[in-house]
Amino acid sequence: MTPTLAPSSRVQLTDDGKLRHFLTTEHLPRSLLEDILDTAASFVDVGGRAIKKVPLLRGKTVVNLFFESSTRTRSTFELAAQRLSADVLNLDIAKSATSKGETLLDTLRNLEAMAADMFVVRHQDSGAPFFIANEVTPNVAVINAGDGRHAHPTQAMLDMYTIRHYKGGFAGLKVAIVGDILHSRVARSQVHALNILGAEEVRLIGPKTLLPVDAEALGATVFTDMAQGLKDVDVVIMLRLQKERMDSALLPSEGEFFRLYGLNNDKLHFAKDDAIVMHPGPINRGVEIASEVADGPRSVILNQVTFGIAVRMAVMSMAISGQDSDSNALAASTESMEGAGGARGQR
Amino acid sequence: MASANRNRAHILIRKGRVIDPASGRDDVADLLIENGRLTRIGASLDAPGADIVEADGHWVLPGLVDACVHLSLPGSGRTGDIASETRAAAAGGITHLAAQPDCGPVDSTAVVRLIREQAGQAGFARIMPIAAMTQGLLGEQLAEMSTLARAGCIAVGNAGGKVANALVLKRSLEYAATFDLPVMFRPQDSALSAGGCAHEGPVATRLGLPGIPAVAESVDLSRDLLLVEATGVRAHFQQISSRDSLRLLRAAKRRGLPVTADVSIQHLLLDESALEGFNSHCHVIPPLRSAADREALLEAVADGTIDAICSQHTPIGSSSKAAPFPATKPGMAGLDVLLSLVLQLVSEGKLELSRALDAVTAAPARCLGIQAGQLETGRPASLCVLDPAGVKDLREDWLSAGNNSPWRHAQLKGSVKLTVCQGKVSWLSD
Amino acid sequence: MSWDEQQLQTHLDAMAAAINERFADKSPLLVGIESGGAWVAQVLNDRLPTALPLGSLNPAFYRDDFDTRGLKPTVTPSKLPFDVDGQHILLVDDVLMTGRTIRAAMNELFDFGRPASISLVVLFDIGHRQLPIRADICGETLALPPHQRVELRGPSPLIAEIRNLVVEDDTETRS
Repeated sequence: MTPTLAPSSRVQLTDDGKLRHFLTTEHLPRSLLEDILDTAASFVDVGGRAIKKVPLLRGKTVVNLFFESSTRTRSTFELAAQRLSADVLNLDIAKSATSKGETLLDTLRNLEAMAADMFVVRHQDSGAPFFIANEVTPNVAVINAGDGRHAHPTQAMLDMYTIRHYKGGFAGLKVAIVGDILHSRVARSQVHALNILGAEEVRLIGPKTLLPVDAEALGATVFTDMAQGLKDVDVVIMLRLQKERMDSALLPSEGEFFRLYGLNNDKLHFAKDDAIVMHPGPINRGVEIASEVADGPRSVILNQVTFGIAVRMAVMSMAISGQDSDSNALAASTESMEGAGGARGQR
Repeated sequence: MASANRNRAHILIRKGRVIDPASGRDDVADLLIENGRLTRIGASLDAPGADIVEADGHWVLPGLVDACVHLSLPGSGRTGDIASETRAAAAGGITHLAAQPDCGPVDSTAVVRLIREQAGQAGFARIMPIAAMTQGLLGEQLAEMSTLARAGCIAVGNAGGKVANALVLKRSLEYAATFDLPVMFRPQDSALSAGGCAHEGPVATRLGLPGIPAVAESVDLSRDLLLVEATGVRAHFQQISSRDSLRLLRAAKRRGLPVTADVSIQHLLLDESALEGFNSHCHVIPPLRSAADREALLEAVADGTIDAICSQHTPIGSSSKAAPFPATKPGMAGLDVLLSLVLQLVSEGKLELSRALDAVTAAPARCLGIQAGQLETGRPASLCVLDPAGVKDLREDWLSAGNNSPWRHAQLKGSVKLTVCQGKVSWLSD
Repeated sequence: MSWDEQQLQTHLDAMAAAINERFADKSPLLVGIESGGAWVAQVLNDRLPTALPLGSLNPAFYRDDFDTRGLKPTVTPSKLPFDVDGQHILLVDDVLMTGRTIRAAMNELFDFGRPASISLVVLFDIGHRQLPIRADICGETLALPPHQRVELRGPSPLIAEIRNLVVEDDTETRS
């Protein structure tokens, strides 16, 4: 008897299909991704109110566990949690005990006393949030803020929100993702989300050294030529190129990369006239994108950031809600098993 | 049983199906062990005073020979010890274990003595140490191969560690050849596999795990084969994992090179899909590759391109597996399940029984150049009595200190009733 | 029991008249609670001599049952196209039941600013109140047993009727 394997959606969803951890966009049902986008839509206006808060997560404790530093992502999560009226604790583990060799498991055990309701986790190892959700704290909602090269689902969802905002939907859409796909967790999450939401075609464009083996297995067509890859696309997503890639025999220079794969107005002409340009940020001007495009009329890069807070608020409130309904279901079945009769008291 | 029997066995095993792959024997017969030696195999033997073991419906096999085990000496980073792990081996019908040099490492006679003493004291199985080929397994300077061989090592190897360059490798092989010592290779190019923890393929791509391409193995294997040819050394290639390597091995064998090969049991049963959900029990090196690679490995065992099946037993403490996948120690515990899983391959029709049993008895003995894995009269008895239909419930009967196996809670077929190792009872089930 | 279009229009006319009589001098703002209350607010606004500024609230984020019922993705977010500070608000709903929705709506209103007063306008009060909240203007007051509700449907045909519910623990399903 070969051992059984757990698909990712089983971990992320309650028995009745509600979100209880948000670890990856892969294998999630389309209706759930659409719910995230719809819920985010209702949060977009909260930032415009006098009191920029709703009380949904009041009394809940959200712990930001960032094993990889990132001020930008961490502050958007912090802001999102605060706008939901949650109490936020920031643990910059990158600089503390784990550098002394404390294992991830020990770090989490030490946090148990804090009775957190949610962990927002960023970690350099692919699969770290899965490990936490599966084996350490199944009853604490885990939100993946980026794990290794595996997934960055909240970024992908804010990108989907942006696309839906500007393009109205995903049917018939051709989307190109350009750059260092090999090392990109954002790209992987975007490909899954686009396919689930019904995009017509997802294209990955880059030199062979930056394309993963079996990239087609992700659900995309692969191009090494910008002219062909960008032809008639509706959305161009540029990925950030890390400087380290030049040092590991993956690329000769930023200059050559920019000449071949950097997005400028000339290359943008291959795409549709109304194509939008996106970038998860921070951008490297003159490396993957020219200023003329980054600051140009087709760029929606700045709006991506605004939508990011609303999307994270949506994901966080849905996950807490899923965890609460899970524990209520557990309590109810325990009660009925113990024979506690009668209706539960009025709230 | 808590500890092995100290006394030489005097046992009559009656009416078992005696299968000895080395001689081709497969029939129902009695076996007599007198004073620890296997004296007779025949019909209706008489042995007054002997302990009787009724083996009707059971199989009598040579004690299994496991060509690759990673021992748990202090400092090895593994859990358990020689006593706990050899006991698991004995309960699985295994009597001879070839221990990789990366516990210690095995580059001094003191370590060799320690291993042999501890194995002897526990008395559950015979350990044949493989000596380090280079000092500290660092791949730069030669180890004292002759001295280590005299202390009891049966072969030399670098445990898959990097050898500085082709020149050092060639000289190491020449030196080993001087003493006719077999060399154990585990081909994997260090630069191509650096940082990798999974087979470079669609599953690793989706899970975002750094990959080890199949070519990392075949590049190294190709170089090793050419140097084997140039130096004339006897070579055994361990834990082959990819189709491309099999092509090279077939060509080498056809040319008449003195090379043998083994595969680990998990590579015959699992492929990269086992990693779904970041299952760290399936984090092994070499990595579990594609389904096509797995099929090719099974065919290679069937046609003899791969001579032997081993466990690659690596007992790891649960804290070293309780971490995100890339941060876990690679390795799987396998002594408890090697025999049962081999029987599973036979019952699934993937291997013929005779070839399968040969792959864990006579063939690995041949590869290692040792006298074992056969039912030979006149020699100290090493055999096991197996109930092929009996259930081995690993939830209760798992013995290794390492729980790192996807089969840790499985119920498998094949329970061992009796194991005799070098003339002494090493396992007797209640 | 049910109410046809004519009976309901009669109630709505009376409510609009009451609003005009009591609040005309206060320049109130009309805020309907999604979705039934928003519709009623629009209908009342059409009957007033001068239309009032109109907004809508969807108090989903302020409900007290988030823990059991969870979050449903809301399609119509709250829309208050005016400043509420110092204003007199007429909060409008179709049916007043336990009063919890009104409580949530008031909490949300206070996150937008500080009104001078809030008055409640409802088409039906069915007598199920669990909080000290009462209507200032009410179309019709009923005293329904716990298992009954009033359901308003429209706009054409416009009809309201009493429905029976199957009550299970804290969750309610329509029979």
